[in-house]
Amino acid sequence: MSEPRILLDPTGELAPARREAQPRLPGLQGRTIGLLDISKPRGDVFLDRLAQRLEASGAAVERYRKPTFTRVAPDDLRREIATRCDAVIEALAD
Amino acid sequence: MALPREGFVAVVKRDCPTCVVVAPVLAELAGKGLPLVVYSQDDPDFPEEVAQRVHDADLEASYRFGIETVPSLLRLEGGRETGRAIGWVRGDWEALTGLEGLGAGLPDWRPGCGSKSVEPEVADALAARFEGHRLRARRIELGALEEDWEAAHDRGWSDGLPVVPPTPERVLRMLRGTTRDPAEELGAMPPDLAPCSVEKVAINAVLAGCRPEYLPVVLAATEAALEEPFCLHGLLATTWFSGPMVVVNGPIAREIGMNSGVNALGQGNRANASIGRALQLVVRNVGGGRPGGVDRATLGQPGKYSFCFAEDEAGSPWEPLSEERGVAAGRSAVTLFAAGGVQGVLDQQSRTPESLAASLAACLRAVCHPKLPILTDAFLVVSPEHARVFQEAGWSKARLRQELASHLVVPGREAVRGAGGIAEGMPAGFAEADLPKFREGGLQVVHAGGRAGMFSAIIGGWPASGAVGSEPVTREVTT
Repeated sequence: MSEPRILLDPTGELAPARREAQPRLPGLQGRTIGLLDISKPRGDVFLDRLAQRLEASGAAVERYRKPTFTRVAPDDLRREIATRCDAVIEALAD
Repeated sequence: MALPREGFVAVVKRDCPTCVVVAPVLAELAGKGLPLVVYSQDDPDFPEEVAQRVHDADLEASYRFGIETVPSLLRLEGGRETGRAIGWVRGDWEALTGLEGLGAGLPDWRPGCGSKSVEPEVADALAARFEGHRLRARRIELGALEEDWEAAHDRGWSDGLPVVPPTPERVLRMLRGTTRDPAEELGAMPPDLAPCSVEKVAINAVLAGCRPEYLPVVLAATEAALEEPFCLHGLLATTWFSGPMVVVNGPIAREIGMNSGVNALGQGNRANASIGRALQLVVRNVGGGRPGGVDRATLGQPGKYSFCFAEDEAGSPWEPLSEERGVAAGRSAVTLFAAGGVQGVLDQQSRTPESLAASLAACLRAVCHPKLPILTDAFLVVSPEHARVFQEAGWSKARLRQELASHLVVPGREAVRGAGGIAEGMPAGFAEADLPKFREGGLQVVHAGGRAGMFSAIIGGWPASGAVGSEPVTREVTT
């Protein structure tokens, strides 16, 4: 294994070094939630059920699919999700 | 690694033909009972003739002994080096060891080869490994899949343009540009008032793309920005356009290749571009001053990426800005100004200083607003073709200032609110007053630009100039 790559922090070091998770949505009502199928078999089964639950909670659901699970999502797809959705759930199923 | 403190140390590599030639001499020294340890930089079995050999695989011994050439022979007494022979020079080796007739059959003199420890990339890595303890900044470990340029962006360290990833190697190299201690504190950087050390400035200078020799200028600019009269916090927070502009005077401008000529206020020169950028990144990263956060600029201006240039002193008819502001001739200095954008002045017809001064004054009156006097400072950057008109007439800078001031008295009746059908202006009580456009000392004049073009530049200030807001600050550049 290669040595870890280190950068020196240029900041005032007042914030934690690890990036924090985005804050949780305060609720689902009126929100748009993206469901990203990574293209593994039966991911749709899981996501279909999630969609039902989300819609029942008042959220709008947008469905997305990666071309292949072997590669990261294309830039355009990520941009589209980021533009249209308040949050995204990525399903790894097999 | 425990290094010898007494006796002799030789550092060699098999890849060096001179080292191969002197290998029997090393054996000869050991054979005569000299306390000798030989460090081989490459082949652990070299030189075969010497039993007391150590493989300097990580080059630590080479680094700690400061070896630049192999072979090197060192004499140590009580942990101190008391002599060194570099390459093969029979006389030097004999003097160092006190032995006669060394290396019979060898030429008297043969130059050595470069030590592996000073190969450019190796040297930086060794410095990081053995001097890394001098660096106190938090170490950020990148994830295996993170691309380092993108990682810097993702962490918010960039002004929007790519930055150079601040590895320990690069930061140590940057710090070689100054004699100052990396831990030295320059002050509390607004808006977060985080401690700003020489090291933090160096890290941001790496991000900005500076070369080590620019670092003294960046440090001086940072210190100037931190001086209370410059009012950096307010300047950052303002809704106005302004940001820190750096004018460099003195020999360092030429030494580091700054541009004071064609396109002096524009792009294309590494020193101009990266020094101004480094200061902005220090404010952004160390101080936490970011657009949309404490930086509340309504529109901003492109000079907030970087705004730094040198005065053309050699071609100037006048004393340099730094000397006017109290810095001794021949010394280098930075002057910081709370600068808005650049406004061009076109005058291709004036051939007399009177006409040109009146022309420049007419344009200066418009800084911020023609009806708002005593509000902001300004810089006037006089180009060579305009300066020539004043030079030929023998006008000093003081004379120019005086003439400009005489044209820049705004009659109150033209400036009050409603005058000219414009609601903006001074309160009605000023109607009978004569109002100077600039406060005393509020207009700076410098010389820069290409040889062709009867244009000068006005750089407006911040409508909070002087004691109420920001004063220009000049600071000498030290090593």
